[in-house]
Amino acid sequence: MSARDFGWDPRVPSGPLDTAWQRCRDGLPLIAPNNRQRLRILVVGSGLAGASAAATLAEQGYRVQVVTYHDSPRRAHSVAAQGGINAAKNYANDGDSVARLFRDTLKGGDFRAREAGCHRLAEISSAIIDQCVAQGVPFAREYGGTLANRSFGGTQVSRTFYARGQTGQQLLYGAYQALMRQVAAGRVELFCRRDMLELVTVEGVARGVVCRHQLTGALEVFTAHAVLLASGGYSNVYYLSTNAVKSNASAIVGAYRKGALLANPCFTQIHPTCIPAGEAWQSKLTLMSESLRNDGRIWLPARPGDGRSAAAIPEAERDYFLERQYPSFGNMVPRDLASRRARERCLAGHGVGPGGRSVYLDLADAIARDGKTAIAERYGNLLEMYERITGEDPTATPMRIYPAPHYTMGGLWVDYHLMSSVPGLFVLGEANFSEHGANRLGASALMQGLADGYFIAPATVTAWLAAQPHPEVGPQHSACRSALAEGQARVDRLMAVPGCRPVDDFHRALGLLMIDACGISRQADRLQAALGELARLQQEFRSELKLPDHGSPINAELEKALRLEDFLGLAEVMLRDALAREESCGAHFREEHQTSDGEALRDDDRFAHIAAWEYVAEAAPRRHCEPLRFTVLPPSTRNYR
Amino acid sequence: MASRLSLTLKIWRQVAADAPGAFETHQLEGLSPDLSLLEVLDLLNGELVARGERPVGFEHDCREGICGSCGFLVNGQAHGPQLATTVCQLYVRQFRPGETLVLEPFRAQAFPLLQDLSVDRSALDRIIEAGGYCSVNTGSAVEANTILIGRDQAASAFDTATCIGCGACVASCRNASASLFVAAKLAHLGQLPQGQPERRERARALQERMEAEGFGGCSNHLECEATCPKQISADWISWMHREGRR
Repeated sequence: MSARDFGWDPRVPSGPLDTAWQRCRDGLPLIAPNNRQRLRILVVGSGLAGASAAATLAEQGYRVQVVTYHDSPRRAHSVAAQGGINAAKNYANDGDSVARLFRDTLKGGDFRAREAGCHRLAEISSAIIDQCVAQGVPFAREYGGTLANRSFGGTQVSRTFYARGQTGQQLLYGAYQALMRQVAAGRVELFCRRDMLELVTVEGVARGVVCRHQLTGALEVFTAHAVLLASGGYSNVYYLSTNAVKSNASAIVGAYRKGALLANPCFTQIHPTCIPAGEAWQSKLTLMSESLRNDGRIWLPARPGDGRSAAAIPEAERDYFLERQYPSFGNMVPRDLASRRARERCLAGHGVGPGGRSVYLDLADAIARDGKTAIAERYGNLLEMYERITGEDPTATPMRIYPAPHYTMGGLWVDYHLMSSVPGLFVLGEANFSEHGANRLGASALMQGLADGYFIAPATVTAWLAAQPHPEVGPQHSACRSALAEGQARVDRLMAVPGCRPVDDFHRALGLLMIDACGISRQADRLQAALGELARLQQEFRSELKLPDHGSPINAELEKALRLEDFLGLAEVMLRDALAREESCGAHFREEHQTSDGEALRDDDRFAHIAAWEYVAEAAPRRHCEPLRFTVLPPSTRNYR
Repeated sequence: MASRLSLTLKIWRQVAADAPGAFETHQLEGLSPDLSLLEVLDLLNGELVARGERPVGFEHDCREGICGSCGFLVNGQAHGPQLATTVCQLYVRQFRPGETLVLEPFRAQAFPLLQDLSVDRSALDRIIEAGGYCSVNTGSAVEANTILIGRDQAASAFDTATCIGCGACVASCRNASASLFVAAKLAHLGQLPQGQPERRERARALQERMEAEGFGGCSNHLECEATCPKQISADWISWMHREGRR
């Protein structure tokens, strides 16, 4: 299908970019305060995007319900974000501006995002910091009491605000506390320990969700006048990732099955600095902040298969491959390059550790230069965390790291108003595909989640509600009853499989398949073969799964199986998306499309578009293209040599 | 790499709050020292499911010590023997070969048991709901640098703000007091200019809610500080008492 035929309106404002959001907002309809309390909004997810949206909409007077799979909203995985949050405050007086943050975001995404969305994000960034400070978020400060900034992820300006290595935690607690304030005010109702199974649509409009209560096992229907999904990313499709073990794609896959387009699902970010996989039962890959690359030098033995310990390998026989390949950026090259090069060297037999699947990150030179105390102070809890997990002292022997799935740029397609292709269904934060294009910049995820939740959705959801009639949909509505029945049928089907393999067995197999075919490096034949393997795995899942059934309504294995079923469905669209995108851009590297020295070859003539996938029952999904236009910044090629 | 070892797990099994509970013993052989204790439970659960038995219920999510989901007693200690560690960050290598580990749920009146090692800690959310916030609506914030906060003051506020709400302080207190949890939130906001307008009311409201939820008063044993995975100082409890209920 050609790009001209895209059947959905992205509602991107025309005219000058720098006033687009203001003009859009000025034209949005409003709702009088006394009418807002009659309108109910349902938010799925309580992370940065969900909690901030729910709190803000409740402050405006709407009645909000929040469902989350956690026992408390404070546990959402935003809590684990380490590095920081970008804002174009230019406090460092180093030449930063909205225009520059906009350009960095669009370029960082390798020109696969909408320029209007990137610009809006840069515009809103400053107000986010103001809001968080007002809530009492304890950002790092200078001695004079002003906010401290640091440079992050190789940017030339210092625009990252941070709270030691726990920025996500502190921002989340700010949003969580704002949310609990609205719970106290009676405007937010919290429904914890619920897994979303189905989206409820009435005449094509999103009007609610069906959830399974983890403690009672009961399926419940929640109805509302607008539904907001803020359910996070899907890196756990790879089984091992930096995500929390229960982070899942069920909300977005449920919406996809009801007609919401899934955009750029193959754009997944593999973070270069994580503690590597080892044991079969290892359940997660822990991120080591990439700030370690400021001081750590990455190297491998120059000779393949060199079995000596790191200490026994003399300097001349070490290959500092990033410094060698990228003399000007060295160890600070972007995440995707660092990941790809590490994998390449390991495949060539230079890798160290179990299975040769890790590289050294060596702090020795930095310790010799600045002293052990200074380095320990700079990375404090990171070094402790590493030692706790691996049992090795990173100041005595080089750390071993390897890339791990971290963030998913892809997600549900949304228009400029953050509304999906299902009217009334809004998607916020990592769950949508929006502003990061093919690669997200460091410290931009928190910015986007909070921009969506505090500022964008409250304006655009209001506009949607103002423009719609609001017929009541109660739990007895036929759409609710049929969604409930679908959810129940799914549970019954899974419980009835007479197999003998636990869920995690299948999830591990899916992870291996996906990381191999659709991880750091992709290639047509392998993707094609993976589609066949995936179909076999799905078949096995349907016939060999074993779930415990002991009469207790609490059934963690069933929860896992429901999530895995959705990951299996998602994996197919990811593989097809990676196969169809015959170019290399950002985190998506297709081996067929590279320069003679192994750099990514983007194809703007054929692929300057968003790929949006439409679910088709019992058949392959349909690919649609939303063309991208760049009016301010002409697409350029990254060069880090 | 250290060699594999065996462990004996004595695990509290109780299918529901109103059902009888008892310890169940499982012998696990050939464990890698690089497994976390929760991964050992995953492994055990895989075997239980394959044998048609009910898997062990326990709370977990991020498995990197920051979400606060996990938490149970290991040999009587909340989050186990290692300092400044949540139970998800406890690794097999920290135990002696052949050691017996007794795993029990957090026991406190305000934390009703759900199943096996899982308890309901929603009382902590209700304490925050009582006033653990600055009342500021989105959009009404002033420019961030108009609020000046000294570097040390900000760092001290941060130290108290790192509480992950795991409930270990409650489980380790013989009065099952949530004093450290409450003090940490009061100190986080009470040390910052943004928290001043509601400081008195917050101190009163949070402590009242703590009592109403069935938590006890501070036992002065300071077990909470010893067990806190974020090493929040019990000095803040004294600070809270000085705040009084003004």
